[in-house]
Amino acid sequence: MSTATPNTTTIGRGIQLSGVSKLFGDLEVLKDVTLNVDDGEVVVLIGASGSGKSTLLRIMSGLETSTTGEVVVGGVPMHDPKRAPEIRGHVGMVFQQFNLFPHLDALGNVTLALRKVYKMSKADADAKGMQVLARVGMDDRAHHQPSQLSGGQQQRVAIARALAVDPRIIFFDEATSALDPELVGEVTNVMRSLADDGMTMVVVTHEMGFARRTADRVLFMADGVIAEQGTPEELFGNPQHPRTVQFLSKIAEA
Amino acid sequence: MNVSLIWQSLPFLWTGFLMTLGLAAVSIAGSTVLGLAVAALRTSRPPLLRGLGRAYVELFRGSPIPITLLFVYFGAALYLGYGVNLFVAAAVGLSVYHSAFVAEIIRAGIEAVPVGQHEAAQILGLKPAQSFRWVVLPQTVKIAVPPLVGQYISLIKDTSIASIIGLAEMMKVGQSIVDRTGDPVSIYLTVAVLYFIVCYPLSLWVTRSQRRAI
Repeated sequence: MSTATPNTTTIGRGIQLSGVSKLFGDLEVLKDVTLNVDDGEVVVLIGASGSGKSTLLRIMSGLETSTTGEVVVGGVPMHDPKRAPEIRGHVGMVFQQFNLFPHLDALGNVTLALRKVYKMSKADADAKGMQVLARVGMDDRAHHQPSQLSGGQQQRVAIARALAVDPRIIFFDEATSALDPELVGEVTNVMRSLADDGMTMVVVTHEMGFARRTADRVLFMADGVIAEQGTPEELFGNPQHPRTVQFLSKIAEA
Repeated sequence: MNVSLIWQSLPFLWTGFLMTLGLAAVSIAGSTVLGLAVAALRTSRPPLLRGLGRAYVELFRGSPIPITLLFVYFGAALYLGYGVNLFVAAAVGLSVYHSAFVAEIIRAGIEAVPVGQHEAAQILGLKPAQSFRWVVLPQTVKIAVPPLVGQYISLIKDTSIASIIGLAEMMKVGQSIVDRTGDPVSIYLTVAVLYFIVCYPLSLWVTRSQRRAI
């Protein structure tokens, strides 16, 4: 087997959500959300905690299911429990807590899916793994355990792990929130370079600098709805919704 | 302290010691296999299977080990006659009893693996069985092995209870020497030292590996 990209059988493009609601018991955390993300687009979700942005991201990635509505990610209807698993291994997700596998070194983390899901040989998987580790500047740490790496380095390995399967779409769930401030930049730099390469990205973040510079579109969420959206210039420069104005002023104070 | 009595008794105690080691080894294997199966029930999805696993654990955790051994021995004797092999009966009793504790240790080890690990594996496309084998199990082993070894130490000491059904392991051999010589101090001290020689290194290892974990 060659080092051909695992996703040679390409799935569809973009993300289409319509009328998506999510109930946790009696609590409605998402209310009738409709959203389209184009292929190659970088969408940043901002909003207070509890506004539903992480839940929305988890529904798109298949970690949660919507209560009602249609969710199509890369052509896969995620609202159909029979077909939702088709998305697995075709999208990437980067978590706030990294969720690296602590018993595997950096290369082992990055190659696990290649070896077990895509059945690549060890040599091919390692070659591909080193390539994606180099992509995030971590090839010189390939044989370090996660516990031997800084938070920023761990998160870069986690991004490489997501990249290994050549996903069309990567979800970032507060990927820099657990990092010391001086380590945020190395992770957002990698994220920006992925955006420049045309990766479709949906990013939940509190890094307004990243949103300003990298997003094609910024969505402000409040109380389970997308209260306002626009280009970074529009949303940060001339917010319309009172909740957006309030949220942005609070962040500016911080 | 009667040194010459101890010296004369050593060959007999040695055969008992070997029996104790054999019984411990078989029962450790048995309790681990059974414990894995019960832990699988305990962590499975269907409520009925989970309940069964739970009932098994509570039953044996809540009853004294001599009762378990006597039940196994007399139960088997009732159906199979008094030709029941004492070693087998003791090994089954010890395995069943200790498997309840082993199961809880393994279950705790499985549940200690954070949910984020499952989510990362799922996103990568690993099927549930693959995720268990390559992500959860290696972490469970690391978490569970020190307390498991602690449980095995208890099991080794509990092999002495097989004396109540008459198996000639070290405790039983010691008792019969005491019965003949009337010198419990020398003999039981020797027996205690022999148990200690087996258990202490394991105990040291557990302490050290737990310190490493912190």
